[in-house]
Amino acid sequence: MKTLAILGAGTAGTMMANHMRRKLKVEEWTIVIVDQNPDHYYQPGYLFMPFGIYGERDVVKPKQKFIPRGVEYRICAIDRIDPEANRVVLGCGNSIDYDVLIIATGTDISLEETEGQRGSDWQKHVFDFYTFDGARKLTERLKDWKGGNLVVNIAEMPIKCPVAPLEFTFLADWWLGKKGLRDKTKITYVTPLSGAFTKPVASRILDHLLEEKGIEVVSDFSIGEINNEEHKIVSWDEREVGYDLLVSIPTNMGSAAIERSGIGDELNYVPTDKHTLQSKVKDNIFVLGDATDLPTSKAGSVAHFEAEVLTENILSYIDERELEASFDGHANCFIESGHGKGFLLDFNYELEPVPGHFPIPKVGPFKLLGESRINHLGKLAFKYVYWHALLRAIPLPMVSHKMTRAGKQIPEVSPVAV
Amino acid sequence: MSQVTLAGVELQLDENGNLIDRSQWNREVAAELAKEEGIDALTEEHWKVLDFIAKDYAEKEAVPGMRRMNKVGGIPTKDLYRLFPGGPIKKAARIGGFPKPVSCV
Repeated sequence: MKTLAILGAGTAGTMMANHMRRKLKVEEWTIVIVDQNPDHYYQPGYLFMPFGIYGERDVVKPKQKFIPRGVEYRICAIDRIDPEANRVVLGCGNSIDYDVLIIATGTDISLEETEGQRGSDWQKHVFDFYTFDGARKLTERLKDWKGGNLVVNIAEMPIKCPVAPLEFTFLADWWLGKKGLRDKTKITYVTPLSGAFTKPVASRILDHLLEEKGIEVVSDFSIGEINNEEHKIVSWDEREVGYDLLVSIPTNMGSAAIERSGIGDELNYVPTDKHTLQSKVKDNIFVLGDATDLPTSKAGSVAHFEAEVLTENILSYIDERELEASFDGHANCFIESGHGKGFLLDFNYELEPVPGHFPIPKVGPFKLLGESRINHLGKLAFKYVYWHALLRAIPLPMVSHKMTRAGKQIPEVSPVAV
Repeated sequence: MSQVTLAGVELQLDENGNLIDRSQWNREVAAELAKEEGIDALTEEHWKVLDFIAKDYAEKEAVPGMRRMNKVGGIPTKDLYRLFPGGPIKKAARIGGFPKPVSCV
């Protein structure tokens, strides 16, 4: 018997367990998946909790429900990976010897990277919405909001779902308007980037939208400190923004188990071949989802597209064939823009998000890089797709892991995305 | 795109004012680019940063970010802001002859 070990039972790991159990013979391969947390969170839902659109029950279900029969599921912390010995040492005191390893340990916020993050304002005036607990506490805080300075700050890139802070800002603008508090609230969007988004065409359109909504943007702001006494954030070049409520997106980092294993980069992400998804650590280690160092979004849609490529490549690896499947960096994200509308971005390593229609050229129904009601409905419908199809690795109709250029208005000299 | 003569070399610059062809770069060009960024003289400390970027770029094909400068290069953020006031990574990349760093998505 051979063993395939999967580390992490989040979006990426769960999809791989489903894919691989279908492909590998039960009498030849044992599949083990390890995760320390028994709950599966629908992370895109965190964004909606503070505004009462989703409740806690919308975003959490037991992990066991999504792990297929024939896969051994261990609720256990991961201590470290020993690539030389092909072994994973678990926190429960035992270990797994594997033939093939899939790392899907994700990314999480770290509260240790910015001075003052965990100060006296933490979860009183300073909140995050990148964790279930954070979103829940922020929901409570917003119930008492009477107005003042609302500041949204990204500590540093890269972050999981790079559009989420913008969506939070747009939704806050809409929600405050509904509550009659918008004219009593100044919203400031403070970012380390030079504009709203990482890619130029989308950034221009989103910058314009921020301006239209009366949201002040402070750009190129590299946070040095949260000053809890004076309730302000201070950049390394000594600019200051005062807050009554700071919605902070702290530094995102890969799992500490990656650091303990000595196989990560400076943010604990695993160096990975951007096309084959084989790790640069060792041939029998593969990586997907937020745990990689790939230059594309850290998002569930990316993990979904990667899972298809990785399944093919692991099968090739096992059969000692060339790894022919190639991931193109395809990402697909809905952006909530408030007032029941949304945007849709579809892009990859080479092509930045541009206007157009998706998935059917000229028809849609979704509008790329343009605001529409159906985009918003698509985002809400996605929760159903996620729980019922995506996690179980049931293919989604018309959405391929290879990004299509059809239906996209591509500028003549296409700016190359990095 | 534009063309400019610095330190006796005719340089091609991209829309951000960064060198297009790094083979045109040398220490004299760097000194002139530094002046344009408001840095009168490049000291040993500046060179430690520029050399690290060059070494890291050769390996990763990307200008290292702040955290990588700290952790891998051993250069604290505070020092980077002192040496290259305003936007240390952007300025150091330009002076070092590299493209403007693009933040990953």
